[in-house]
Amino acid sequence: MSTEEKAAAAASAANGNGNGNGNGTAAQGLSIVARTQGQLVRRRFFRHRGAMISLTILVLVILLAYTSIGFAGIPGWWIWNYYTPGKVVNRGAPTLSLWPTFLGGDGFAIGEHPFGQDDLGRDYFALTMRGAQISILIAFVVGIVGTLIGVIIGALAGYYRGWVESGLMRFTDVMITIPILVIAAVLGQKFGGAGPLVLAIVIGLVLWTGLARLIRGEFLSLREKEFVEAARALGAKPTRIIFRHILPNTVGVITVAATLLIANAILLETALSFLGFGVRAPDTSLGLLVSTYQNAFATRPWLFWWPGLFIITIALTVNFIGDGLRDAFDPRQNRVRA
Amino acid sequence: MSAQAVPTPSSYEHLLDVHDLVMEFPVKGGGIFRKVIGKVQAVSGVTMYLDAGETLGVVGESGCGKSTTGRAILQLHKPTSGSVTLRGKELTTMSNEDLRGVRRNLQIVFQDPYASLNPKMPVNDIIGEALKIHGLWEKDGLDRVGDLLKLVGLSPEHGNRYPHEFSGGQRQRIGIARALALEPEVLILDEPVSALDVSVQAGVVNLLEDLQDTLGLAYFFIAHDLSVIRHISDRIAVMYLGKVVETGTRDAVYNEPKHPYTVALLSAAPEADPNSERSRQRIMLTGDVPSPLNPPSGCRFRTRCWKAQDICAAEEPPPIDHGGGHLVACHFPVTDISKETASAALHAARGFSSGDPREGRQEALRRVESVESALDIAKGPVGGGGG
Amino acid sequence: MTVPPTTPPDDVPGGSVYGPAAEEATELFQIYEPPDGAELAAARGKSISSVGSVEVLKVEDLTVGFPTEDGLVRAVRGVSYSLHEREVLGIVGESGSGKSVSSMAVMGLLPKGARITGDISFRGTNILSMSKQEQRSLRGRKIAMIFQDPMTAMNPVYTVGFQLAEAVLSHEVMSKKAAMARAEEMLNLVGIPQPKERLNSYPHEFSGGMRQRAMIAMAVINNPDVIIADEPTTALDVTVQAQILEKLIEVKDAFNAAIVLITHDLGVVAGMAHRTLVMYAGRPVELGKTEDVFYSPRMPYTAGLLGSIPSAGETGRLRPITGAPPSLINLPDGCPFSPRCPLATDICRTVEPELAPTDAPDHLGACHHWDRLAAAPDPTAFFRTESEARR
Ligand SMILES: Nc1ncnc2c1ncn2[C@@H]1O[C@H](COP(=O)(O)OP(=O)(O)OP(=O)(O)O)[C@@H](O)[C@H]1O
Ligand SMILES: Nc1ncnc2c1ncn2[C@@H]1O[C@H](COP(=O)(O)OP(=O)(O)OP(=O)(O)O)[C@@H](O)[C@H]1O
Ligand code: SF4
Ligand code: SF4
Ligand SMILES: [Mg+2]
Ligand SMILES: [Mg+2]
Repeated sequence: MSTEEKAAAAASAANGNGNGNGNGTAAQGLSIVARTQGQLVRRRFFRHRGAMISLTILVLVILLAYTSIGFAGIPGWWIWNYYTPGKVVNRGAPTLSLWPTFLGGDGFAIGEHPFGQDDLGRDYFALTMRGAQISILIAFVVGIVGTLIGVIIGALAGYYRGWVESGLMRFTDVMITIPILVIAAVLGQKFGGAGPLVLAIVIGLVLWTGLARLIRGEFLSLREKEFVEAARALGAKPTRIIFRHILPNTVGVITVAATLLIANAILLETALSFLGFGVRAPDTSLGLLVSTYQNAFATRPWLFWWPGLFIITIALTVNFIGDGLRDAFDPRQNRVRA
Repeated sequence: MSAQAVPTPSSYEHLLDVHDLVMEFPVKGGGIFRKVIGKVQAVSGVTMYLDAGETLGVVGESGCGKSTTGRAILQLHKPTSGSVTLRGKELTTMSNEDLRGVRRNLQIVFQDPYASLNPKMPVNDIIGEALKIHGLWEKDGLDRVGDLLKLVGLSPEHGNRYPHEFSGGQRQRIGIARALALEPEVLILDEPVSALDVSVQAGVVNLLEDLQDTLGLAYFFIAHDLSVIRHISDRIAVMYLGKVVETGTRDAVYNEPKHPYTVALLSAAPEADPNSERSRQRIMLTGDVPSPLNPPSGCRFRTRCWKAQDICAAEEPPPIDHGGGHLVACHFPVTDISKETASAALHAARGFSSGDPREGRQEALRRVESVESALDIAKGPVGGGGG
Repeated sequence: MTVPPTTPPDDVPGGSVYGPAAEEATELFQIYEPPDGAELAAARGKSISSVGSVEVLKVEDLTVGFPTEDGLVRAVRGVSYSLHEREVLGIVGESGSGKSVSSMAVMGLLPKGARITGDISFRGTNILSMSKQEQRSLRGRKIAMIFQDPMTAMNPVYTVGFQLAEAVLSHEVMSKKAAMARAEEMLNLVGIPQPKERLNSYPHEFSGGMRQRAMIAMAVINNPDVIIADEPTTALDVTVQAQILEKLIEVKDAFNAAIVLITHDLGVVAGMAHRTLVMYAGRPVELGKTEDVFYSPRMPYTAGLLGSIPSAGETGRLRPITGAPPSLINLPDGCPFSPRCPLATDICRTVEPELAPTDAPDHLGACHHWDRLAAAPDPTAFFRTESEARR
């Protein structure tokens, strides 16, 4: 008998006997609309107010940074660029005014240099935007590089166990025991001049450890799950088990860890620039701006505050988005027999 | 020259033959080197067989190695020693590549209907995966999945849904459909109905019986519920601490149990009848299961057996045929069950009655203690009831 | 079960380790004599009927809802029951009918989003109107819970003794040493040998049965008045199950506690419960003395449930209830069982029946047509033939 015949025969047998939760009736217990996991995740994410607000703000910041002064040769809409020095007006104070006149302010005005000017008379808005561009670039490249390495190492260690695990985890442990700042500083010293992209990749090579441990833990517990055992019983090869069964179930963890990694990367870049190991002049980053003007804090605070504000905004919004994603991926949220 | 002289590859006695299967898990200590400090003897020399179209019910104490035996048959755990043959082909020495082919004939259904389905996969993928792995997925793949869904009493429209949208009983059906996709000959069912209410349970049991009738499947059915086992099995194997202590046809084992553990087990099975349930005698076994890290010498049941004699500690009882393939591994098989029940009860009570009752109680505790300390359960990170 | 009921000796409040056993020793011996049905029945009868008159727990019109994507999941829709000293109330019913959720509500263990209404009173005071502080001190001390999986309920990184002592210290002021002594006493009580040494063991070093006993010890260490046991023996084999249940009964009688026993195993309920509550789609559909519920069910679902148990004599097909359980978000109009019920008539599809007294005042059923079951000599068989006629 072919499968089809067999199946049909047994199906008629099963139904003919009016089997328990048989055909027609089963549908009644399932009257809710079928929804894919992705749809569920999206819906929950869209409901998370903090995450949605953060996402909007982050997108606006990115748009602002990249369209205002342009990027990679494409011109932006802002009148100044970030490298041409000019005449310092009014000690370089910001001309931006947001206080309406009826509250005793100067009324709403953008002025010539809304964020002010630096020592050389460069437009500080343009500089801040350049800094934001670079910092965002670094953040996301680090996010991608770090996540990739972390996931690969964590997955291999968690899935294969044995000497593969011992080897990889010993290596991870060593990486963890050396303070990140030290490694990054050494590498930054060497590669800092090679441009922000290289710097980002270097930071990514340092920041994967936490993620690797997390993913390994996830893999260790998932590989013992019965559905993975079932796949093995079906004869699935390791690659299939890793990519089709275990990885999809760690997406939540990975996404959350990646957002945290991004926020971390921004802060690490700031710290490195602060110490002079990050992006080098004439290019700039938010961290470099902050560190350059830390001494101007008392006299010309705007030079410190504007880039600082953007650092905080980016780090916070990314964190909130991570929160939202974590909730959206939380499997406990769909524990319903509807 | 004659045809008989050539041994055909298909000359085998039983569809599935398990011979002297041993499964040990190393227990590692702490520290950097994680030295092996002991072995969990989860399965110690299990021999059983399964013929086409029949059901072998497997029962026994929690942690006695039922699930481990099932997984070792499937080669999900590589057995420490022993042989498993399917249609005469040895599985334990097979390469992973060859095993992949054999898996088509040997499938498993798990206990937990919630943990055994990948939550991120729609039902069509869960069931179709088997076909894809074995290169059987063709244009009509979805239709075949639809047929399988119908076979287990679901409808093909359910295929696009995710596991969390189904009830426990329906999920268990999906698990069965997945196992059936490759048209296996042997299905290992590890407590497939334990998590379900009796009505849903009855539906799943009926389904399994229908499938057996139409597809000729053989079942290796593990369960704690003795009434379900009695209903579905043709033959029964009773396990205790990694060994099969009694095996035989259903009627032989249920009506004339010969091993003291079987007698105790059957006497403890609850019945859904308040009056008989409350007035019935049952045998209480004193003490816990001895540790599989350090099993007792001789008969492994002797530490809790009311009939134990010196020989039980010295010699391991071999399985002896009591007629019709009713194998019992006991030096003093049970003949009269009601007498046995009383004597077991007496045995349990004796500790409480020697002179001062307080001392009696302490004496009983001491006895159990000595058993326990001999077994030394406390050492080693091994859970007894892991499933 | 072989050990007869134990009542606490008057002089030792809460009972002592040796007290009950010491008292019963000679009696035990008699019961173990070759079986004499009548005598045994009398002994068992005594154990099963020794319910106190003091009401300890009263649950009234409890409802629990979970707001979700797809709408409100009405997991519990009006559960009421009361529980007396030394009573065992068995709760059975379909998977997902709200058995666990209703007990979690009593324990205050539901997730934050859950919407709870109704009254839960403990010895006359409403728990839900107490302050959080008072609630906390009540739960865990006076109302304790035994979970199905002891491994998840116990912390793997602390010793059993530490966890037991912690359970005492979180509700009572006493020295650590005294708490440990108490823990040892409890382990002894639940029949764990060498309790003193075992205090230093970690949960994973116990076998499944021992862990479940340690859970019982933890649940009763504060001398609770109510013990809620949610499928305490589902993962265990029947011999270990019998031991555990016996311990539970022994402990309950020693402490004058009441037990809510949730399980799928109707045999366990038959043997232990004084009264049985049957749940369907979030509602109690039948409540009565266990014998009444088992021998003369007054709600078709109960009859169907009893009819689907495999029986020793029969080898034919089992008889599950046809159809699937209803969606808790989108319940059918009228009686939730009506799409599957062979006795359903038009009124069933429009009016949901109340849980009301049937032929006996203490036997409640939620069915418009319970009298049809009452009229049948064997309600279970009646349900079966009616169902088959419907096909
Ligand atoms: N991977 C493992 N590593 C170490 N020990 C194990 C492992 N798997 C099982 N064991 C041990 O082997 C023994 C047998 O376990 P098994 O799960 O086969 O029991 P079981 O008969 O299925 O019990 P249950 O009825 O509780 O499911 C137990 O003592 C268990 O702790
Ligand atoms: N946190 C939650 N959010 C949404 N729905 C829930 C939640 N917890 C439980 N439910 C739903 O409430 C219903 C009742 O669940 P409950 O766990 O009480 O069932 P049960 O009667 O104990 O079933 P079982 O016998 O299978 O244990 C189920 O449909 C379940 O899906
Ligand atoms: S061999 Fe001895 S100890 Fe073992 S079961 Fe038989 S009588 Fe009991
Ligand atoms: S009320 Fe009607 S539908 Fe509901 S159980 Fe009774 S007879 Fe059946
Ligand atoms: Mg098992
Ligand atoms: Mg439950």
